[in-house]
Amino acid sequence: MSLLRVEALSKKFGGVNAVEDLSFEIRPGAVYSIIGPNGAGKTTLLNLLTGVYQPSSGKIVFDGHDLTGRAPYEYASHGIARTFQNLQVFFNMSALENVMVGRYLKERCGLLSALLRAPRLARAERACREEAAELMRYVGLQDYLSTASDAMPYGALKRLEIARALATEPKLMLLDEPAAGLNPTEALELDDLIGRLTGRGVTVVLVEHNMRLVMGVSDHILVLDYGRKLAEGPALAVRSDPKVIEAYLGSDAAHDGSFAPEIASAVAAAVAMHR
Amino acid sequence: MSAQFMQYLLTGLTVGAIYALVALGFSIIFNASHVINFAQGEFVMIGGMATVSLTAAGLPYLLAIPLAIAAAALIGLALEKFAVEPARGASVVTLIIITIGASIFLRGLAMVVWDKRFHAAKPFTGDTPIAIAGATILPQSLWVLGVTLAIVLALSWFFGRTLLGKAMLATSHNRLAAQLVGINVRLVLFLSFGLSAALGAVAGILIAPITTTSYDVGVMLGLKGFAAAILGGLGSGVGAVVGGLVLGIVETMSAGYLSSAYKDAIAFVIILVVLFFLPSGLFGRRGGERV
Amino acid sequence: MLARLASPRTGGLLAFAAAIALLPLVLSNKYFYDIAILVGLNAIVCVGLNLLIGYAGQISLGHAGFFGLGAYGSAILASRFGWPPLAAMLATTAAVAALAFLVGRPILRLKGNYLAMATLGLGIIIFMVITTEDKYTGGPDGIAVVPFSLGGYVLQGERIWYWVVGALLLLAVWLALNLIESPAGRALRALHSSEVGAEVVGINAAEQKVMVFVISAVFAAFAGSLAAHYSGFITPSKVAFLHSIELVTMVVFGGMASIFGAVVGAAVLTTLPQLLAVFEDYEMMVFGAVMMGTMIFLPRGVVPSLARWLARWRT
Repeated sequence: MSLLRVEALSKKFGGVNAVEDLSFEIRPGAVYSIIGPNGAGKTTLLNLLTGVYQPSSGKIVFDGHDLTGRAPYEYASHGIARTFQNLQVFFNMSALENVMVGRYLKERCGLLSALLRAPRLARAERACREEAAELMRYVGLQDYLSTASDAMPYGALKRLEIARALATEPKLMLLDEPAAGLNPTEALELDDLIGRLTGRGVTVVLVEHNMRLVMGVSDHILVLDYGRKLAEGPALAVRSDPKVIEAYLGSDAAHDGSFAPEIASAVAAAVAMHR
Repeated sequence: MSAQFMQYLLTGLTVGAIYALVALGFSIIFNASHVINFAQGEFVMIGGMATVSLTAAGLPYLLAIPLAIAAAALIGLALEKFAVEPARGASVVTLIIITIGASIFLRGLAMVVWDKRFHAAKPFTGDTPIAIAGATILPQSLWVLGVTLAIVLALSWFFGRTLLGKAMLATSHNRLAAQLVGINVRLVLFLSFGLSAALGAVAGILIAPITTTSYDVGVMLGLKGFAAAILGGLGSGVGAVVGGLVLGIVETMSAGYLSSAYKDAIAFVIILVVLFFLPSGLFGRRGGERV
Repeated sequence: MLARLASPRTGGLLAFAAAIALLPLVLSNKYFYDIAILVGLNAIVCVGLNLLIGYAGQISLGHAGFFGLGAYGSAILASRFGWPPLAAMLATTAAVAALAFLVGRPILRLKGNYLAMATLGLGIIIFMVITTEDKYTGGPDGIAVVPFSLGGYVLQGERIWYWVVGALLLLAVWLALNLIESPAGRALRALHSSEVGAEVVGINAAEQKVMVFVISAVFAAFAGSLAAHYSGFITPSKVAFLHSIELVTMVVFGGMASIFGAVVGAAVLTTLPQLLAVFEDYEMMVFGAVMMGTMIFLPRGVVPSLARWLARWRT
């Protein structure tokens, strides 16, 4: 039973096929990673999976619902949340308010009760504030509960986006290069956070370049190259796929028959770290 | 083809040529800076009013016209230097208010330097109407069409063949890339204002003998030139010309065949229709937003 | 104190109410009352417009159109057709809300400069219709408006109108503050900061923008109806492009995303021309220069800038 099923998905920009005839499935409860060289179409794919881009052709079925062609807010209301490679933090509000915005879908308030300040609203606001604070503590931002978002360091902002995405109570969370710009310590904390997310019942999909992280957390990997699926399967199988090695490192490494040194050491380190 | 249709066509082309010149001015500045220069219409006014007062002071057209154009160009440069440049990076709303403030300022200045009355200007080569295909056209209209054509050709040579022109074109396509290859984009912006002001002034000088001029002719002409630019596609030179001519013809035909009361509204209905259904206009660049 | 004014809180509301109550102490004659009422009416429009421009991050260069529709709607229904003024006002406001809703959807798909131009076009078309259909609207000369009456009681005289407008302005500010502090208000601010970021957490950007557009149109139309009854007369000048610009300038000058800033902006820029009358012929030049100057040097607007200086001066 798949949580997300993508069928023959394509996206063209003028003459460029950013994503071409892509089909794959995501099962609930696992951690998936989408990897591929720059320009392979990873972020385009994420944008398609959240309604930010409309596909040129193909189908996106989430949790049994056909969401193809719907608006982003509909994807969100069905339970897909995401973070961004280029931060889309709301810098005109505090960190806490950023996470509170994430609760928007869960606290529907009518226009009239907003304008007239119904007492019910004040209670709901307090609850919302509490929930947001709790989420910030969950992702490790307890030091920033009263901080303005534009006063936070980069690593904290990335976690803030995760907290905001979590606030929507998603079934599926798409993280776009969450480790970009993080130092090794922060990357380790991220690794830990992703593990806890899965424990919370959220299926996580990661778009990442950081191979150590990818190998460390992923159950399955999808490899993209030039918008097409290059390989897909369990993490350990994919990393030894010669097509994958060739796309990343060039044909010599593939024909060598052995792992490229970089991948080998990364895998070894990840394996050692994980067990 | 009926004589009446021909008459409307000729009038429409004449007024359309003026709109085209104003629209070109908008497009040039928009290309350099993504700023909509609401003061564009005032350059048209300055061209006409300055010429009228210079000729009234005794100067022949041959001297008055270049002086008026130069004055307008200088004011355009000053506008960029003192009002637009200090606000670099400001929000769209802020920039809009600045250029609107500039247009109000220039109108106030015109009111003080000249007055609030309408002024007639002498046609360049007399006012005996010429007969064409059953309709009549003023010699001044021929001047309008001829000069506009000459300017359009000159501009396409400038942007296509000269280094400076190509630099300005490059800046409009990709500002960052232009900077990286050593183009002084601030200079490009500076000159764009001067060039657009000159274009506006020429339009004002050409049309003044036909429609008279006063301190606030700039408002409507500016807005209509703007509608033409939107119709053709903001930033496209071809679009500005085509948009101007189409607007002029549609306006005149509608006034003639339908209702003349709403003649001025046509331009604004066009703005809405274009923005609702084809925001990039007839020739504009269709772009998407990358996240 | 100013920092408190800039942040929407009950203290600000109370201070504002006190200011309204105490202002008549310095209003020594009819002329000053008249200016105060005009400030109040403009402020009501600006509070709504600020929601659209400052909080939701959109723009409208055509709000004088909504103001004018409110004014002329009330004027025509009440004076020409003899409707009771309250009914005329409510009907007009509802009609403007419907128009804003219909036009809002397609218009707010546009952004930045294009949105500005579309709203400009809309405002000018409204102006032209009003000026041309003189059978109903009196054309460029305008029409007289019957005074506002409710069940026999006639609202007339500066002093009474001052309290009415003051109370209604207070109500408008209260409503706006409530909206901003609600989840809907947060959604608006999120939209302003990052539309895509807001959309992926489930905010229907198009719907929110239209909602705020309609609210701001309603505020404007309502103020227009009031203005028509107060002046006893309405002309197209209040519907003109220049008035739309004045309104936007008031909002931006007073402070984006600041409800009290909108009031301050309305106050300053409504009284400014009265002060500028001293410049006589140079009035237009000075006004234009003031517009440019404040945008260049105080791009955030007066109230937020003052709040910042105060905060820095304290530390």
